[in-house]
Amino acid sequence: MFKKIDFDKLKNEGLENVPMKERRDFLKMGLALTGIFAGGTIFSAVSSFDRVFASTEEFKEKYPYKPHYAMVIYQNRCIDCERCIEACAETNKVPEGGYRTRILEHDAPDAIGQQREFIPVLCNQCNIPQCTRVCPTKATYKNPTNGIVMMNITKCIGCLTCQQACPYNARYFNEEKKAVDKCNFCFDTRLSKGESLTGCAAACPAGCRNFGDLSDPSSMVYRTVHQIEKTVWVMRPEAGTKPNVFYTRG
Amino acid sequence: MSNGTSTSSISLNAIESAIVGRLKAAGIGFYALLAIFGLLAVLATAAGIHAMIAGHEHYYNVTREISWGVLISTYVFFVVTSTGLCLVSSIGHVFGVQDFMPIAKRSVFLSIATILSGFFVIAFEIKIPWRMAIYNVISPNLTSNIWWMGTLYGIYLAFMFAEFVFLNLNWHKPAVACGFSGSVAGIAAHSNLGAVFGLLMGREFWHGPYMPIYFIASAMMTGCSVILLFHIIGYKINGEKMKPDMQRALEVTSKIGILLICVILFFTTWKMISGLAGHPAGKYEAVMALIKGEYALNFWLFEIGMGMVFPLILFYLSRGRNLNMMLIGAVSMIVGIFVMRYDLVIVGQIVPVFHELGVNEYKHNLSYFPSLYEWVITLGGFGITAFLFLLGEKLFDGHKVEEH
Repeated sequence: MFKKIDFDKLKNEGLENVPMKERRDFLKMGLALTGIFAGGTIFSAVSSFDRVFASTEEFKEKYPYKPHYAMVIYQNRCIDCERCIEACAETNKVPEGGYRTRILEHDAPDAIGQQREFIPVLCNQCNIPQCTRVCPTKATYKNPTNGIVMMNITKCIGCLTCQQACPYNARYFNEEKKAVDKCNFCFDTRLSKGESLTGCAAACPAGCRNFGDLSDPSSMVYRTVHQIEKTVWVMRPEAGTKPNVFYTRG
Repeated sequence: MSNGTSTSSISLNAIESAIVGRLKAAGIGFYALLAIFGLLAVLATAAGIHAMIAGHEHYYNVTREISWGVLISTYVFFVVTSTGLCLVSSIGHVFGVQDFMPIAKRSVFLSIATILSGFFVIAFEIKIPWRMAIYNVISPNLTSNIWWMGTLYGIYLAFMFAEFVFLNLNWHKPAVACGFSGSVAGIAAHSNLGAVFGLLMGREFWHGPYMPIYFIASAMMTGCSVILLFHIIGYKINGEKMKPDMQRALEVTSKIGILLICVILFFTTWKMISGLAGHPAGKYEAVMALIKGEYALNFWLFEIGMGMVFPLILFYLSRGRNLNMMLIGAVSMIVGIFVMRYDLVIVGQIVPVFHELGVNEYKHNLSYFPSLYEWVITLGGFGITAFLFLLGEKLFDGHKVEEH
């Protein structure tokens, strides 16, 4: 049915003969499949370019929220001063033993040059949040205007399924509120009162945490995510949550 | 009632005197046991209320990362048992297989007792249970498996209760209708419980379609062991000789038990292999914790040994006739299944969500061991099942089934 091809006997045509268009497509495919090597950890099996839907014209028009709040974290700028954590706790009255944001520490003793880095983590305000799907009483929900994942504490039954569902360990049970608590980009404590930054972003002395509107072309967040020259990644892309907290270096 | 007389001729006085008579006829041992199990339930209630008022964080060992502890796994154990009792017993009184008829009443009664025990335990696990009663109704989230599970188990309980009443009134048709509806609600509720775990994207040990399917199969396996245990004990308590039709019912139950143990062994084998092949991130670490890590004793001795292999051998050797052998097998199986549920819930959480990030904080598996309060509430759940079982044996005169 098919003509047999003896590959051993085929002549090598050489790369110089491959048309420019095909070479470009092939390189693109490589870019998408190679993944991003970040501090010894493969964060993503595919380029974050695809994962976050950044940079494409169609998506700019389709941003589901206005403003579409997001945060870009310059991972290499974090010096673990923990001012963000303190500011968060103070602003949002986070009790002892709980946290809405924290800084993780990554040691790479065999790395050349820098051998330690700090990774700030917080709620990723996912576009497809797992926590809101599993909540039996809609106590946690995605704000339809700005996309922030919020809590209605009076409805929380404390089943903690949202804690199980969150791939980022961003939730904890607040005994004082008698409800699960989480980062809401300081919506009730700052944004709704006219502030433009979250408590942690305002407190960061190193320019590590950058907060802004992903749908606003003049925002730094927009400009960082909508480019392909520098790698931008998200945490646990395999969980399919489409986070709004992005990581990069620079 | 179950003495076979026409229901219309039974007056309330007659029922009352029959019940008082049965209770008075019970020995001191019966009352001692009843008191012990009742006390367990009271202690558990006190512990649960105290923890609720003083703050769960001081009395339970659950953490931010391992937020579901032994109370969740005990809840799962009880509802698995209840669903299993309902499904196995429905083979007879709903689907008409004569051999299973004699076990109907006691099994339906126990399915109610076990689900009540499950609700009892979960009430002390959920932080603010009274909000559930309100907002489950006025703010339902239809994408939530927890919501469906809770709602469907509520419906299930109502059907099982109605079925039990009809069975005792010898109203065959409504009993069958309720039994069938209860089975459907039970399967829907129970597979939703599996989906509570199975649909969590970030939890690799649980994620996938395996859980809802496994939950149903393992419920039936559990149902067989519990039917054997309580029927054999029931006859010992009442000091009666087992009739041939009851012996036959237990024989076929043990055979179904053998089949279902094989099914779960098969499921478990592939679950473990799928966690090893290709070292799937997050799942591999959890499976290794079971195979040769900190949960290896739980897995090999309790889950595989006591939960499946040992009862399989005993059921086989008993040929369905040696009641003592079957009783030992059933007890061993129930202990093993309790640990099976514990491992299922806890091991699914021990691998930190940021494990793959390689950060110092989450390099190792997380640990959890239940606190005294958690154990007391767990035992209270068992106390309630045992208390209701004992009471039921006297109140309903050994749950005798008359010919329809």
